[in-house]
Amino acid sequence: MNSKVNKYQNPSQNAASSSPQTHARLVKWGLIGFVLLYLSLVMLIPAANVFAQAFGGGIDRFLQTFSDRAFLNAAKLTLVMALVCVPVNAVFGLSAAWLLGRNKRFPGRAFLITLIDLPFSISPVVAGLMLVLLYGRNGWFGAALAAGNLQIIFALPGMLLATAFVSLPFVAREVLPVLEEMGDEPEEAARTLGANDWQTFWRVTLPSVRWGLLYGLLLTNARAMGEFGAVAVVSGNIVGKTQTLPLFVEEAYKQYKTESAYSAAGVLAGLAVVTMVAKALLEAKTGRRGH
Amino acid sequence: MTQISVARSQRFKLPSIPLALTTLYLSLMLLLPVTALLLKALTLSPAKIWEIATSPMALSSYNVTFATALAAGLINGLAGLVIAWVLVRYEFPLKRILDALIDLPFALPTAVAGLTLATVYSDNGWIGSWLAPFGIKIAFTRWGVFLAMLFISLPFVVRTVQPVLLEAEREMEEAAWSLGASPWQTFWRVVLPPIFPATLTGVALGFARAVGEYGSVVIVSANIPFQDLIAPVLIFQRLEQYDYAGATVIGAVMLLISLVMLLVINFLQAWGQRYEQ
Repeated sequence: MNSKVNKYQNPSQNAASSSPQTHARLVKWGLIGFVLLYLSLVMLIPAANVFAQAFGGGIDRFLQTFSDRAFLNAAKLTLVMALVCVPVNAVFGLSAAWLLGRNKRFPGRAFLITLIDLPFSISPVVAGLMLVLLYGRNGWFGAALAAGNLQIIFALPGMLLATAFVSLPFVAREVLPVLEEMGDEPEEAARTLGANDWQTFWRVTLPSVRWGLLYGLLLTNARAMGEFGAVAVVSGNIVGKTQTLPLFVEEAYKQYKTESAYSAAGVLAGLAVVTMVAKALLEAKTGRRGH
Repeated sequence: MTQISVARSQRFKLPSIPLALTTLYLSLMLLLPVTALLLKALTLSPAKIWEIATSPMALSSYNVTFATALAAGLINGLAGLVIAWVLVRYEFPLKRILDALIDLPFALPTAVAGLTLATVYSDNGWIGSWLAPFGIKIAFTRWGVFLAMLFISLPFVVRTVQPVLLEAEREMEEAAWSLGASPWQTFWRVVLPPIFPATLTGVALGFARAVGEYGSVVIVSANIPFQDLIAPVLIFQRLEQYDYAGATVIGAVMLLISLVMLLVINFLQAWGQRYEQ
């Protein structure tokens, strides 16, 4: 009993002396030091290395890569990936989010939400493999495609399918919570006032979810431009034809063209920086945090 | 009550375009490929499936993939907890920039990550050259695989724990503290329980991501069978050798494991939400 009383009195006694505060400060700076060390080793030093290697030889040498035909083709193809997959997944993401956000109790709702997350947990290589098994020469649709003289695997359509697969969930994931938070009263009001479905969507729903949508587009774009594994499986990595920038990086590195590899890596890292700055600005604007 | 349910059922009929679009796209993009992989695997005889799925090289690649991914997930579970804590509870210079930088592994293409990790941790790289005199090799060994997985799964725990920690009521900690709990007791009994489900979710998400990772690992490892060859790279190699049966069976094993992981993550998230209420 006595010891218990002592224990209760302990904090106030301690508060009188400065030792807990020094202790807390030690813990604080110790933890901050640990975080900085860990992040430096795993992330910050490797990231700094990309820029050091890409721009270390001077801006001229970095720009030299831009006259390389294979690089230019790869850059063009990377843009095509984003230009096709981002709008497609945006339309899908909006309609899926709307379906899930505005219909709380339809059969299979939980299944649908889980299904949308599937590309996050499937290995990109397995995603590519599945496309090969569908559209490849020995795949389900292989014979039909060959008869129609259509090539999907080792060609652009396969690469687009692979990229759309891995970047599928982002818009739906980011828009759904915003829609749920918004509630359906504004839409009900618009309809009561005589707006039709399209008008309601364009004038009420879309403006309300624009930041969430933008956030989703940003993540979709980053993934679409940066995807490696899934695209590598279906592309065949034909230089100048089916090679995107990430594939160019690996190929150049394997051929000991380290400078080219790092110039392309520098471009992709620049894209990552733009993505992160835009993400931070969006988060500051909407007062929310990442995933 | 009946009015509400009538309104609901009416609204249910409306979204014909979103419903059609969503189901069509998901069927074509997700259900069809998944079904194709599983059915293709099942065209082989059970004995053959078992033989391929449990061949020594496949077993060793599962071991490298899952054991390394688990280690990376757990280390990032601890480190992520500390990072989230530091970012939420302390003020220090450049904190906001550091916070934004946590998302780097989401934004940086994995091929770039692999390239730079391979350079920095090779024998003459910025960090590797410090380790080389001690005989420690990271790049092109299993440690390289571990490092790449550490990089790729780093943001998950931080980003799942951060919001929960922000919402946690500090009065509870102060109450525990003023009632005589030691800092450790406060941490274990008051701080940890509400953030534990979020931590586990983050670990599971990071583990799932690390298990499937290809781009960074294929560059930073030597891809030698029985040493540092991961399952996704093995599938890729099988495909390159036109061994479709081999690729399909090992791919199906990986797919089934990702489906299980997805269920585990869903369960953990549901658990975390129940905790909040």
